[in-house]
Amino acid sequence: MTSDTGGTVDGPTSGTETKSEPSPAPPTGDHPESRHEEETPAAVALVSVAPEILADSLGEYLKAWAKRIRSGESGALPIILGLILIIIIFQVQNSNFLSAGNIVNLLVQAAFFVTLGLGETFALILSEIDLSVGFVAGIGATITLALVSPSYGWPWWAAAIVGLLACAALGALQGVLITRLHLPSFVVTLASLLGLGGVLIFLFDSFHGAVGGVISLPISGPLYNLVNGNMSVAASWIVLVVAVALYGLVSVTRNTRRRSRNLSAPPLSITLATVAVAGVAGALLVIVCNINRGHLTPLNGVPWVLPLVLLVVVLWTLLLTKTRTGRYMYAIGASPEAARRAGIRVQWIRTAAFILSAFTAGLGGLVFASRLGSISVGYDGSTYVLYAIAAAVIGGASLFGGYGKAVHALLGGVLIAAVVNGLALIGVSTAGEEIATALVLLAAVTVDSLVRRRGSTT
Amino acid sequence: MSTEGSEPDGTPLIELRGVKKSFGAVQAVNGVDLKVMQGKVTALVGDNGAGKSSLIKTIAGLWEQDAGEILWEGEPVRLRSPKESEGLGITTIYQDLALCDNLDIVQNMFLGHEVLRHFTLDEGSMEITAKRILAELEVTTVRSVRQPVASLSGGQRQSVAVAKAVMAQAKLVIMDEPTAALGVSQTAQVLALIKRLAEGGTTVLMISHNLNDVFEVADWIAVLRLGRIVAEGPIDTFDSSVVVDYMTTGRSERALAGSGTGNGSGQ
Repeated sequence: MTSDTGGTVDGPTSGTETKSEPSPAPPTGDHPESRHEEETPAAVALVSVAPEILADSLGEYLKAWAKRIRSGESGALPIILGLILIIIIFQVQNSNFLSAGNIVNLLVQAAFFVTLGLGETFALILSEIDLSVGFVAGIGATITLALVSPSYGWPWWAAAIVGLLACAALGALQGVLITRLHLPSFVVTLASLLGLGGVLIFLFDSFHGAVGGVISLPISGPLYNLVNGNMSVAASWIVLVVAVALYGLVSVTRNTRRRSRNLSAPPLSITLATVAVAGVAGALLVIVCNINRGHLTPLNGVPWVLPLVLLVVVLWTLLLTKTRTGRYMYAIGASPEAARRAGIRVQWIRTAAFILSAFTAGLGGLVFASRLGSISVGYDGSTYVLYAIAAAVIGGASLFGGYGKAVHALLGGVLIAAVVNGLALIGVSTAGEEIATALVLLAAVTVDSLVRRRGSTT
Repeated sequence: MSTEGSEPDGTPLIELRGVKKSFGAVQAVNGVDLKVMQGKVTALVGDNGAGKSSLIKTIAGLWEQDAGEILWEGEPVRLRSPKESEGLGITTIYQDLALCDNLDIVQNMFLGHEVLRHFTLDEGSMEITAKRILAELEVTTVRSVRQPVASLSGGQRQSVAVAKAVMAQAKLVIMDEPTAALGVSQTAQVLALIKRLAEGGTTVLMISHNLNDVFEVADWIAVLRLGRIVAEGPIDTFDSSVVVDYMTTGRSERALAGSGTGNGSGQ
């Protein structure tokens, strides 16, 4: 046993009181190894810890961060590098790739993959899989579009709520089958994938408002404008400023609050830099979206769907990181037995994950239908679910459970959209498109298993 | 054969009287009488198949005994589910430790008992409490309470499991082979932890194969063989060879003077 007294946990001499001295040991590059000679796994582990734990100053923070990346805890870095690589390749092939019009188009395409991927992330965190999200999204959209069509003439919000509730109900049904009958989620959701494809055709057959197997959205209704409507220039800047200010306020408050309680917190400069990066990224997005991208008539502005999808990402991030439900999802994903012994209602949390997965997929269905202005009987839910899984996994969610963040689906969805969009732009066939997507998925998972070793000692 | 030395003083925290448990034709626990004294470390030793695991699972509430009774602080109790055992203040740390690798130390310690503030997780308060408990247990080798448990050594994991029990304000902590998978220095670390746990007033019932560890920390030893306690007594009235005799044959010719003794029924 080593006599380490300098850790964040106070040494033997300080006994029961820990508040009088924060005593974070000066984390230098070399001494953890020498200090923990007997504790080899602990010494190895040090590098896989989040940098803010080890560092108080900016320099130390960057050093810890670099060390963490070298040790394989690269986080979102490979995916961002991959995205940059893909952008360069497509831009060289076709100079229109980075035009304002195509960037907006790409992001709108991504909105669908991101939302489906968000749904899938819940299942993946729990070490389950949900193969039904593609068709659940289609069913929800079909119900909503049928209800707003002239045949029924429901208000858009009521139709959307019913569509989303139908999705949630499908998720609940699957969750109950999986948890109560102890069926593998793979089998239950595979059955849904097949069965709901049939249900979709049945819905179109029995709905008289479907013309030629297509249900259209009333042009210029709120659902249509979700993707096709744009925020005014002033509105987009106001939303950006408010969002960044809010983010900055929350981050800085949290940072100073933790400091005042002698808890580890990243250097204030890092917190401010993060907020600044978010602000610059947001400003770039707003600027690009506000460039005229129309051909005959002027067209500019941020499509409503972009801030709304970001809002869903934020909400689901809060759910996963700030609530008991989210915490229990990660716990169950890593060790259902540990969760059960901790008194967690494992079966209920599992069911909730499938409900959330299906509900989020329903949001994706609305995005999909809004983008096309319609939904058709040819909706290919079985392909879209693979994109959803790819988006979540490329982003960094683990197929083995316990890991995954909402923001991962965001990154993965944008990357998938970049590939799909770029290949279409340079005129690759559907066959080529699917093969390329598969290769990207394989590459991402390979990078994941080779580089991201998760710092485990076992 | 009973002598004065083998009778502990005062009311035991938990007492088993004639506890039996069988699985089909197999009599796993065959009439065990055992007293676990308040604030002491009691070691339960025995060979494979002696019934140690069956016995502690009975106390942990995984199943109820077929016959006999269990007294908690002198009162008869029924332990029909893990919840009932936990309700009394019994925490069992199994060999697998039941930790979530992807969560950090604080998150594991508070799993299922998270502190909320404004309807969201109050990470700050939980972190402060976790640090305090680890400091009380003098767990000093962990670098940060925000390390994921996956990055901890075996001894550190054991420490987290113990800290979790302390946080749950356990009166009796049952530890199943706490040092089985550990190296020398980490074993020392965990044994020191067990001592501090007992010094803090928590009662420990520890199962172990490793007699060195038992003699290092235990105050009282009970030897289980074929579902029966064949010998028990204060640790200083035993030595390794005597315990091994009891574990393997159920009797010992080499008993030390004033030794704790065999339990009549077994012989």
